[in-house]
Amino acid sequence: MSMLWIVPALPLAGFLILFVTEGKLPKMAVAAIGAGSVGLSALVALFVGIEFMGSGSTSYAQDLWTWMAVGEFSVPVTLYLDRLALVMVGVITGVGFLIHLYATGYMWEEEGYSRFFAYMNLFVFAMLLLVLGDSLLLLFLGWEGVGLCSYLLIGFFHTDPANGYAARKAFVVTRVGDTLLILGLFLLFREIGTLDIQESIAGAKEAWPNGSTMNTAIALLLLGGAVGKSAQVPLQTWLPDAMAGPTPVSALIHAATMVTAGVYLIARMQGIYLLSDTAMLCVAIVGLVTLFIASFTALVQSDIKRVLAFSTMSQIGYMFLALGVGAWSAAIFHLMTHAFFKALLFLASGSVILSLHHEQDMFKMGGLWRKLPIPFWCMAIGSAALVALPLTSGFFSKDAILLTASHSENYGMWLWGGAVAAAFMTSLYTMRMMVITFFGETKMEPHDPSKANMWLPLLVLAALSIGGGWLGFSVLEELFHDGGVHGGLHLDDPIAWATMAVPLLGVAFGYFVFATKAFDRRGMVESAAGKAVGKYWFTGWGFDWIYDTLVVNPFRWLARLNKNDAVDYIFRFTSLVARILHNLLSITQNGRLRWYALTMFAGLLFALVVVAII
Amino acid sequence: MDVPLGIPFEHVIYLAIILFLIGVVGILIRRNVIFILLSLEVMMNACGLAFIAAGARWGEADGQVMFMFILALAAAEVAVALGLVVQLSRRFRTLDIDAASEMTG
Repeated sequence: MSMLWIVPALPLAGFLILFVTEGKLPKMAVAAIGAGSVGLSALVALFVGIEFMGSGSTSYAQDLWTWMAVGEFSVPVTLYLDRLALVMVGVITGVGFLIHLYATGYMWEEEGYSRFFAYMNLFVFAMLLLVLGDSLLLLFLGWEGVGLCSYLLIGFFHTDPANGYAARKAFVVTRVGDTLLILGLFLLFREIGTLDIQESIAGAKEAWPNGSTMNTAIALLLLGGAVGKSAQVPLQTWLPDAMAGPTPVSALIHAATMVTAGVYLIARMQGIYLLSDTAMLCVAIVGLVTLFIASFTALVQSDIKRVLAFSTMSQIGYMFLALGVGAWSAAIFHLMTHAFFKALLFLASGSVILSLHHEQDMFKMGGLWRKLPIPFWCMAIGSAALVALPLTSGFFSKDAILLTASHSENYGMWLWGGAVAAAFMTSLYTMRMMVITFFGETKMEPHDPSKANMWLPLLVLAALSIGGGWLGFSVLEELFHDGGVHGGLHLDDPIAWATMAVPLLGVAFGYFVFATKAFDRRGMVESAAGKAVGKYWFTGWGFDWIYDTLVVNPFRWLARLNKNDAVDYIFRFTSLVARILHNLLSITQNGRLRWYALTMFAGLLFALVVVAII
Repeated sequence: MDVPLGIPFEHVIYLAIILFLIGVVGILIRRNVIFILLSLEVMMNACGLAFIAAGARWGEADGQVMFMFILALAAAEVAVALGLVVQLSRRFRTLDIDAASEMTG
């Protein structure tokens, strides 16, 4: 287990090499370093994980050095590994490696190949720091590093100003959440006096009774940070725009790892949340609301990546729901399976997009299933897991969430009902995406760019999407001492039957609506009301409009008003005075000898007069 | 203690001051280089006169020594200054000192 430090060190080394060589390395070397560093890191993580599971201990901490020490306050750089961190490390390095491998093929033709992998490696490093950090300060360092990399990668195609706008939007919107998070950390430090995660949770349990205001405030502030990073309502608007980045970036950052940081944060700080029913309920409601809004929005999108982006939001909504009802291990379980199938969906859609020369509009695709068999079957498997068809990985994790929610004491049946209804919507928009993209008449002729380094990760992820459910049970058992994941089928419970049946119903209904001609949806879509609702959903329920009206446009107006910067006038006045004095003095420097002599004698006379008077 | 000729010390000093002021005014109002040099000579001799008078007033030889120095200085200055005058008249075809103010300081 002493090799733990190597896990984050390898991607950092990869980043440094690629950064220092400034893109002068040949492409093969860049690919080897970029993907290899993460691959090796995954291998080391595997060894560490096996050793850790074998040792039977619940946690392992590795002190590296002291980051800073001021008086009695010191922040050690300590890596902390427990089962939660292990799952996260496994997902980040494992899925991360597969995505890196895929990206070596996907990005081959693009400018800035080396820059891309440098950012990706830095991202993996920051994310590992986030999940392995022993203190909240270290976690925050990784948190911000992840935000930085997301900015760099969303704006990777920087020649188009729209991408730069998307990158800035992601950065600024998540910054709102980050501010809340750091306020929460300040408050926690002031009250408890430590930023060490385990100590602060233990301290909070001692210091506060159940449901104390201070504890709730801290929990809600941390939730604010999580909401920003995980793209939940009301800070979700950056995620769809973040699809401006290359598809592997969308897979790595905006599906598999970074957006789950919020889920990790809440799961990590569960001790704080368990003390406050209000905060727990808020988490659940945030999850449920996001789940709903995102599902309906996904139903009317035309860009295939935006459909997946909104489905990511809704799936993370499930995780928040699980956290809110105290199903910690179910949330992390769904985080893991979601990483598998969402990475698969993104990468497969990336293959489709690449084969159509970067066409992302689903309505220009169609009939691709014969021509692109590997992406089609991978998309089909990923979709099956996404809608939670029985026995796929998504089925087990979503089932665990829904069943725990139904047993929850806080409005359990309401949460369950909402989540099941959203599961129906999930099936519906997934069917719509699959049918429009892969069936019907062919509108564009694809060229198949399949390379081994691109379809191999797809196959591995497809296998994990199907079988990943069983992988979860072994690691996640007793993860949080809440009875673990209720695996398997619960055939005696009517709620379980309903939970299982709804996605199937959704798929059947989706097939009926989108694939057969029996249902005329034109009439509904093209009526005035249908159009209005569709447009409203298309814009993501008008959140962008609200923020533009309330925040962005007033700010722009103020910025335009203050174009010349009022504060600058003070400094400009100083420089003006200096300039006038300079002009006055430079008049005297006219090169005329007699003028100089005159001033000399005048000065002499002046001095004499002064002496005489004194 | 008066000088042998019986001229009061103050009168000599007044003469030196008048001579010096004549030199100053000459420098300030004359544009011709030659006249400026003449004015400088007048000023230097005014200084020399003041030294001589002071040396006589207090019976010290230092005043006369200083006048020797001033003479040497004037000779050297004239040698250099005349060279400059020749250059000036060659370059600008005039002896007007303001013609050489091209660099404006």
